[in-house]
This record gives sequence, C-alpha cells and structure tokens, in this order.
Amino acid sequence: MTTTTATDLAEQKVRAPSNRPSWEEPPTAAGQTGKGAVLIFTVAVVIVPLWMVVITSLSPQGAVNQASGMVLVPHGITTAAYQQIFTNQLIMHSLLVSLAVTLIGTAISMVVTILCAYGLSRPGSYAHRPILMLLVVTMFFSGGLIPSFLVVTALGGYDSYWSMVLPSAVSVFNILVMRGFFAGTAQELIDAAAIDGASEWRTLWSVVLPTSRAVVAVIALFYGVGYWNTFFNALLYLPDNQKWPLQMVIYTYTLQGNSMPGTGVTNTGQYFGHQQIAPLAIQMAVVTLTLIPILLIYPFVQRHFTKGMLLGAIKG
Amino acid sequence: MRDGGRVQKRTLRRADRRRRFLRDRSLLLMVIPAVVLLLIFNYAPMFGTATAFQNYSIYAGFMHSPWSGLETFRSMFADPLFWQSLENTLVLSLVQLLLFFPIPIALALLLNSVMNNRVRTIVQSVVYLPHFFSWVLAVTIFQEMLGGAGALNQALRQHGYATWDIMTNPDAFKFLVTAQVVWKEAGWGIIVFLAALAAIDQNLYEASAVDGAGRWRRMWHITLPGIRSIVVLMLVLRLGNTLTVGFEQMLIQRGAVGRDASEVLDTYAYYYGVVNANFSLGAAASLFKGVLSLILILAANKIAHLVGEDGLYRK
Repeated sequence: MTTTTATDLAEQKVRAPSNRPSWEEPPTAAGQTGKGAVLIFTVAVVIVPLWMVVITSLSPQGAVNQASGMVLVPHGITTAAYQQIFTNQLIMHSLLVSLAVTLIGTAISMVVTILCAYGLSRPGSYAHRPILMLLVVTMFFSGGLIPSFLVVTALGGYDSYWSMVLPSAVSVFNILVMRGFFAGTAQELIDAAAIDGASEWRTLWSVVLPTSRAVVAVIALFYGVGYWNTFFNALLYLPDNQKWPLQMVIYTYTLQGNSMPGTGVTNTGQYFGHQQIAPLAIQMAVVTLTLIPILLIYPFVQRHFTKGMLLGAIKG
Repeated sequence: MRDGGRVQKRTLRRADRRRRFLRDRSLLLMVIPAVVLLLIFNYAPMFGTATAFQNYSIYAGFMHSPWSGLETFRSMFADPLFWQSLENTLVLSLVQLLLFFPIPIALALLLNSVMNNRVRTIVQSVVYLPHFFSWVLAVTIFQEMLGGAGALNQALRQHGYATWDIMTNPDAFKFLVTAQVVWKEAGWGIIVFLAALAAIDQNLYEASAVDGAGRWRRMWHITLPGIRSIVVLMLVLRLGNTLTVGFEQMLIQRGAVGRDASEVLDTYAYYYGVVNANFSLGAAASLFKGVLSLILILAANKIAHLVGEDGLYRK
C-alpha cells in the first residue's frame, strides 16, 4: 500500500486503533466472538493463577479458611505474611543469594558475551571461522550432566556459590544473536571510528553498543532471568540450605511441603502479632517475592522482544 | 624457478597472516574469556564422557580409575529402568510434538488476524510472561490450581462433586506435562511465527483479495506458504531435541507421580550418577543421549534440505 492518499489516511484515522485494510471483508459476528473468546481464555489462563497467588499471599487466615485454599476474591488484605517472611533468616538470606547471583552473573555473562560477539562480528578477521566452529559445536553436542558435575566438583565448585554462575555463564545462542546484531552495524560507522583513531575497544563502547541497545537489553533479560531461576545447579552443588537461592527454598518448602525452619510453617495456622496467618499465605508470599523482579523489569524490555528474537531466528 | 615462487608465496602468505593477526589482536583478546569458559565447562566435560568407559571412582579420579571397556553400557542396556526412561522420553516428546507444536502457530495466526493494536499488545505481553518463570514456580502454580488441595479440587469439593486427581496420576502425567509446557512456553513460541507473518508482503493479500480470494483461501495460499520455512526450522529444532524433555520439570514432579511415569534419560543420568554416585553409569546415559541427539539433529536437517528448506544450517 505504497499509494496512500490523504483520504486513505483520514479514513484510517477515523477507524483507529483498528487498521484493517479497506479491501478486507468485514469480520463475521461468529468469527469475532470466537476469536474474542479464545483470546480472553488464553489471557485468563495466565492471569487468574497469578492473581490468586498474589491475593492469597495478602489474605488473612479467615479468607484462606473460607476459600479452603487459594483465594480468588479478596476478603480483607493483610501484609502479615510478608512481615513474617521478611523476618525469616532463611528466606531473607536466600533472597540475597538470588539477587547477588543474578546481578553478578548477569554482569559477567554480558561482558563475556558482548566481547565475544564483537570479536567475532568482523568479516574476514583472523581465525574467526575456527573460533565460531568451536562455539557452534557446543550447541550440537554436550558431554552431559555427569561429566560436567565431575569437572565443576574437581574445580572446587561443590558447596560454593560460583557453581551457580560460571558453568552457565556463556550461552552460545546469545553470542550468535548478538553477533548477528553487531555485524549489522553500518560498516561506515566502524570505518569512520577507525579513521578517527579509535581502538576496537573504543569502537565497541562508543559506536557499536549505543546502536545495539535493544539486543543488549533483551539478552541481559534472558541471562538475568536464567540466573534468577537457577534451581538445578543449586540442587546439584549446594547441599547446605544456608547457601540456597530462592528457587530452592520454594521447591523444598512449598512444593515438597517440608516445614520451614524459623517460621514453623506446618499444616496448622499460627499467630503473628495479633493476626493469624495461614501457612499457605506465607508460601504464596515467597512465590510472589520471586515474581516481583520479573514483573518489574519485564515491561521495559518486552517491546524489544520481536526485534531481538527475529534476528536470532534468522541466524539460527 | 617454480619452487622459488612457491616459497615466496608461502612467506608472503605467512606475512599476511602475521599482519592480520597483529591487526585483529584486540578482537582475539575479546574472544578469550568466552572461549576459556567454554573450554572448561563444555569441552572438558566432552572428554569427561570417557568416564563412561571406566569404572569411575570419585577417590581415584579420572586419571586413576580403571578402564572397563563397554561394561557400563552392557549393564545399562540390561537395566529395565533405562528402557523405561527411554520410552518415557520418546512418548513425552511425541505427545508434545502433536499437542504442543501446533498451538503457537495457531495462536500466532489468530493474533495476526486481530486488527486492534492495543488488544494485540496486551495479549502478547501477557502470554509471553510465563516463559520467564522458573519450572519450580510453574509447577507450584499448577499444584495450587489443580493439585489435591488446589483451587479446582476445593471448588469441586464445595459443590459436592468428586475430586479430580491431576497432579499425582501417573497415567495422565504425559498430558499434565504437556499442559504445563503449553502454559509456560506456547505464548513465547508465537514470537518467531509473528515475526515471519509480519515479513509476508502485504500486497499479496490485497492482490488476491481483489481477485476474489476469501480469507481462508488467502490463509492457505499466502499465509501458510509464507511461514513454511520457519515452521520447518522449528520442527527441525524440536526433532533434534527429541531426547530433551524438561529435565527440571520431571525432577520436580518425580516425587508426586513416581519414577515409572516421570523418569526420562536426563533424570536417569542424574539419579544414577549423582544421587547413587554411580558416575560411570550416569556418564554412559548422558553419552548415549548426546550421540543420539546429534544423529537426530543431523537427520532432521537432512530432511529439511530434502523438502527444500534451509533448516538449521545451509547445505
């Protein structure tokens, strides 16, 4: 539709925000209803459980008892469960561990990924093909769980925090996506920087990175979420619950239903101050706690997804 | 004379290589951290698979453990639980291929036909979200919704209906697992298809509409061929990953449904290798899976080439 006339534009404006082209037949009532129903169902399947988790975490004992479990319609709001978990040493420590692993891990991963992606993004640079092969091979074949476990253990990773970060610090897929983006940076810009006497480091920092904000944001989110969700490495390498991240705490005390030290969360209700808290509310408060960072960062990065993924899909 | 030319050419090439090395030395320096990490945490374990051919003992270590040839594989192939876990892996993969794979495509087509931009954006933001939750979180949410004490069964109880055992039923486990994958990943899966749909030339639609093609014919003759390549690519990836079915997802729910329903190759390797400290058997299971996966991905790519698509890499 390259021949958009003024009337077309006016027409489109009137019908905004819908942008159905004029040649398309108007939707049938049945089609419209069906589509709407499917979309509402799809959205509800995601939203309703999250809503219930959050509401249950904020509900007093009475509301939880009345619903005999998860609360859909709030009857009174209390932050007692949160006050309880914020005074719990195990949960607070696991929160700190999760935050530290996420921040430090993401920083390490981003530095390594950006440098490697840029180092390989120049066509015809020295040895970039064999290095690329070295990277890609790891996407096709991996030694598997046990040899990795033995290597990490041999390096002293057992019972130490770095085993949650370093073994998963590099994602070849992310490097390739970013490399595709960097390779798309206009060659004239890079040449101009070189003529001005900029080193490769300077070019990366002042020319390439500022034009690649979208992909940097998306990949930082991917890494960050990966670290925040770290569960299996913790299960594998950290026997001591004093070093656990949040996901391990949820797994052990919510999913497996073990009683949580320090909260006395068992099957009976308990008092906190003058208010009773349902154990379920405390469990859901911990779940909510792990949701919050994702929900906070997500809106800022989400608009870049299609761009970042599209390139990733093309480059494979 | 000719020899002299060849020598000269070789020295020239060497000089050129040296020049390029010097020119690109900062680029090479940048690559080092990633390469070192990959060598330690990806390549060292690849050679570590040799433990599968040893009678590995953690005290003797890799260097001093005695070699045992194919003994480990023999005992693994004689273990009924190994075959059970292989069967579970294949069945789960097949069920997911049939019930999960089409859903993102259908959702993408549906969303693509929604003309209202605000509706599209809202739906997209919501359905991408579960992809960023951990499996611990996703399974916890399923547990609280559909478990024995979850919202659904409490509602059924309150209205006098019989409760529905979903989370701990071994027979329905493959469908539960697939439902969880759909909940967590189907929304995220639409993103590549939406991108492919957006890349279709819109003039094709207008031209065919003018020629009298209805919306279903346009979908059949324009939309579907337009996303064919990406569908084939995703299929290749899925087939290449046939033996990888949600390790964490299985591990977390193993206690609830029991080993017979939930043991897959990865959890088999984990339980034998780490939990029971039979490292050689665990490594053998991993190696078996790694080699078979490699064959699968190459075969899937071959098929993609045969139907005239690029697949994961070009011919």
